[in-house]
Amino acid sequence: MAMIAVWLKIDEEHVVQALQEAGEKLDSVEGEVALDFSSVRRIDPRAIRALEELAGIADDKGVKVVLRGVNVGVYKVLKLVKLGSRFSFVA
Amino acid sequence: MVTSEAVQERLQIPLAAESLSEERIAYLEGLVAQARTAAAVFTQYTQEDVDRIVKAMVLAGLEQAQPLARLAVEETKLGVMEDKVLKNMCATEFTYNYIKDKRTVGIIREFPERNLVEVADPIGVIFSLTPITNPTSTVLFKCIMAAKTRNAVIFSPHPNAWRCCSEAVKIMYEAALKHGAPEGVFSCLESHTLQDNAYLMRHKDVALIDATGGPGAVKAAYSSGKPALGVGPGNTPVYLEKTADVSTAVVDIIVSKTFDNGTICASEQTVVIDDEIYDFVLKKFAELGTHICNEKETELLSRTVIDPKTGFMQPMAVGQKATDIACLIGLSVKPGTKLLIAPIQGVGREYPLSVEKLFPVLAVYRAKSVDEALKVCIDVNHAGGLGHTAVVFSRNDEIIRKFSEVMNAGRIIVNSPGSVGALGAVYNDLVPTFSFGCGTGGGNSTTDNVNIYHYLNIKRVARRTQAHMWFRVPNQIYFNLNAVENVRQFPSQSTIIITNPALEKFGLVDVVRRYIPEGTHVHVSVIPDAEPEVKVVMQGVEALNFYKADQIIALGGGSVIDAAKIMKLKYESPDADLEELAAPFLDLRKRVVQYPTEKVNHARLIAISTTSGTGSEVTPFAVLTDKECGRKVTLADYSLTPDVAIVDPQFVMSMPKGLTADTGVDCLTHALEAAVSNYASAYTDSNAMQAIRLVFKYLPIAYEHPRDEEARSMMHNAACIAAMAFANASVGVNHALAHAFGARFGVAHGRANALMLPHVIAYNAAVPAKFLPSPYQKGYVAHKKYATVADLLGLGGHTIEEKVKNLVVATEQLLDQLGFPRSIADLGISREEFERAMPELTKLAFDDPSWRSNPRMPLMSELADLFWKAYEGRGLAKVASTAQQQSA
Repeated sequence: MAMIAVWLKIDEEHVVQALQEAGEKLDSVEGEVALDFSSVRRIDPRAIRALEELAGIADDKGVKVVLRGVNVGVYKVLKLVKLGSRFSFVA
Repeated sequence: MVTSEAVQERLQIPLAAESLSEERIAYLEGLVAQARTAAAVFTQYTQEDVDRIVKAMVLAGLEQAQPLARLAVEETKLGVMEDKVLKNMCATEFTYNYIKDKRTVGIIREFPERNLVEVADPIGVIFSLTPITNPTSTVLFKCIMAAKTRNAVIFSPHPNAWRCCSEAVKIMYEAALKHGAPEGVFSCLESHTLQDNAYLMRHKDVALIDATGGPGAVKAAYSSGKPALGVGPGNTPVYLEKTADVSTAVVDIIVSKTFDNGTICASEQTVVIDDEIYDFVLKKFAELGTHICNEKETELLSRTVIDPKTGFMQPMAVGQKATDIACLIGLSVKPGTKLLIAPIQGVGREYPLSVEKLFPVLAVYRAKSVDEALKVCIDVNHAGGLGHTAVVFSRNDEIIRKFSEVMNAGRIIVNSPGSVGALGAVYNDLVPTFSFGCGTGGGNSTTDNVNIYHYLNIKRVARRTQAHMWFRVPNQIYFNLNAVENVRQFPSQSTIIITNPALEKFGLVDVVRRYIPEGTHVHVSVIPDAEPEVKVVMQGVEALNFYKADQIIALGGGSVIDAAKIMKLKYESPDADLEELAAPFLDLRKRVVQYPTEKVNHARLIAISTTSGTGSEVTPFAVLTDKECGRKVTLADYSLTPDVAIVDPQFVMSMPKGLTADTGVDCLTHALEAAVSNYASAYTDSNAMQAIRLVFKYLPIAYEHPRDEEARSMMHNAACIAAMAFANASVGVNHALAHAFGARFGVAHGRANALMLPHVIAYNAAVPAKFLPSPYQKGYVAHKKYATVADLLGLGGHTIEEKVKNLVVATEQLLDQLGFPRSIADLGISREEFERAMPELTKLAFDDPSWRSNPRMPLMSELADLFWKAYEGRGLAKVASTAQQQSA
């Protein structure tokens, strides 16, 4: 069973920064990275780019990224930009 | 062999993107990715967010209207700067005025009376082609529409208008971004090729192509396989009719045709003028600064501004001033001449100026008649302007109507300038636009002025409607012994009693006559005791007309009452076509053929039933036989329902045993089928349940003891009560089977019903192989309804299954008590004969409308199975009664 190695709470005001931090931590983890999106009401194009980058790094390193508490609106955006399949989602 | 390239060339489809370099593809992919992200992010925005952004964009556009217009004229060398300023202002201010209060996010419209809500969804990425003729105004308009609808746009401007368009995109983008729009929401292709367009038009992430431009661009958009809004060229005919206000019309035409040097594709191209006012109109034109060309000048003009090879206008003339065009042909005109007017004698290739001319040259035609004028307008319309715009000046509404009917144009502009009129919101209430849908005539998907609603996926949220139901019965029902006395309360000058020979012979007609008020003329019409024939009905109608009857009393069983219903229908509505009225229907309220509502005579129909089964005295049904055609039709409409029903048991006291059993089981079938019908309601249930209870209790008594007054009375009431139920809830598959079997083998209706009934109860109580779509049905409840009936009859049982089984057993036992044959085989019909008849039987049963309200939609195979069960006749009853006997 995979271990959750990193657990980060994402603040809506600093989504990009938090995702970049998460990306940096991927170097040192095995298993899963869990990102808590429950405080994120909306995401913008920069956040999407950061998520794309994070997904790319995670793929390379074989790390699973789990997004927790993603609201329906943000979930729809991730589906529209074809990022939905690159993350795991938990409520 | 025709190559794909050749086809593409012929269709003017841009070549595929194979020749694009990797760098170029990366660039285009980047644009699309950016737009896709922006569009996705935009889906999170609220209406308030969107409206704030749009307002900021509109203000920025208004602010930059003049610089953009100047840039457009400098770059394109087309049009009039001042007019382009107005266009830019229309594209921003007028568009805003139209859209500002419109909802484009979430629920955008509600229709409470239809239980319907419309919810808007953005489209996504739009790839937009813009023209050289209206470059900046089109960009401003499309950006505002896209922002209002939360879409992202990639623009591909006409190559010769790229600078001004990209500047317009930049202004809109910066304003939008500043007020919170997603990054990358608008972008503009840096210098592009047809291959770029082809690549983007076919890109999987481009959701819609909005192509405003020449026929090539539009065709390419529609050929891409993507949803497209393609709006193309026009050739606007104008009919200047003799009743028009000529002074206003001439100014309007000049305003329109010279606006931005005629670059709007809705501008006037050929004015067809009535002979009576032709000279006066031309004089008016001349007075207002136009030059009327003579024959030689027209010829010269034709050869210069129209390409003789293609028949289309020369690009060098597009958007140029009239004086500059005059110079081109060496024509000397007064300084400041606004418009060159060229008389033509026809339309087509021999008359080059009859095509679209996006410059201030106007063709005029003298028409000798309205007919000729309309035909020439049609010719112009068909010479490249199908679906676009047409203009008429007239004070004659009939002329305007005719013109509108014969023109193939998305916009028919009346008594106002064509170009500015078509743009909308200035001279009329058309939706403001810079994209004119030209319908299928122009190879487009819409005739609308393209607007925000074309940039939305509109979802209709349709809630289940509460189906209106009804309970309709005669106004007055009198029942119990001597109820016939109530006939005396109905005044009448002339009454006709319709009855059958037996009833007359046994003196029952005299019983009725006794209560008809004195002074009433009474005529007795005796008809055969059989299902009414057309001939019999028409004879009855003749009698009604002859005696000018104001009251019809139908005394008899179902056949007599049915005959009286149809006689009344024809008497009140002589033009009623019985054949047509018998047309099939699925839903009574949506039927194609409506029954007449006008009545000529307003006669009263009193129905006195003399059998306890059909309940025709309270139903809206009547069966008619056409012997000549060898067929039977059922008429059904609440207008057929008698006005008064009299349910007096004295008329059924002498019913023979067999008839008592047949009609009694018919009554039971009505009630059981109404109880489980998809149309059943609390109103019909109460009647159905009560009728079932009465039948189980009193039918055996009435059968065994025909003179038992209470049993007769209760059975007579039961028939009427059951009929009230099925008159409103209809019947079911049992009747469909019985009708088919009865017709094919000549078996009485009640008897045929009895053969099917236990099997149909078991069939309906099982989970259907197929449910019938019915808005009236709320869940599958037939088995529960049968269980309720079993409880009502005190049949016992703990589970629904047990109760249903007990009901089947009780029904079988009742039928046994009544001495019915218990299988079709018992009737002496051989298995071979029955097998041979099976295809016809199942077809007839399936065609019968009775099952349309059945809780279980019968498959053909199921109908055959039910017929075979009835043939074998081994119901649950025998098995159950055997078991009971064994346990006893």
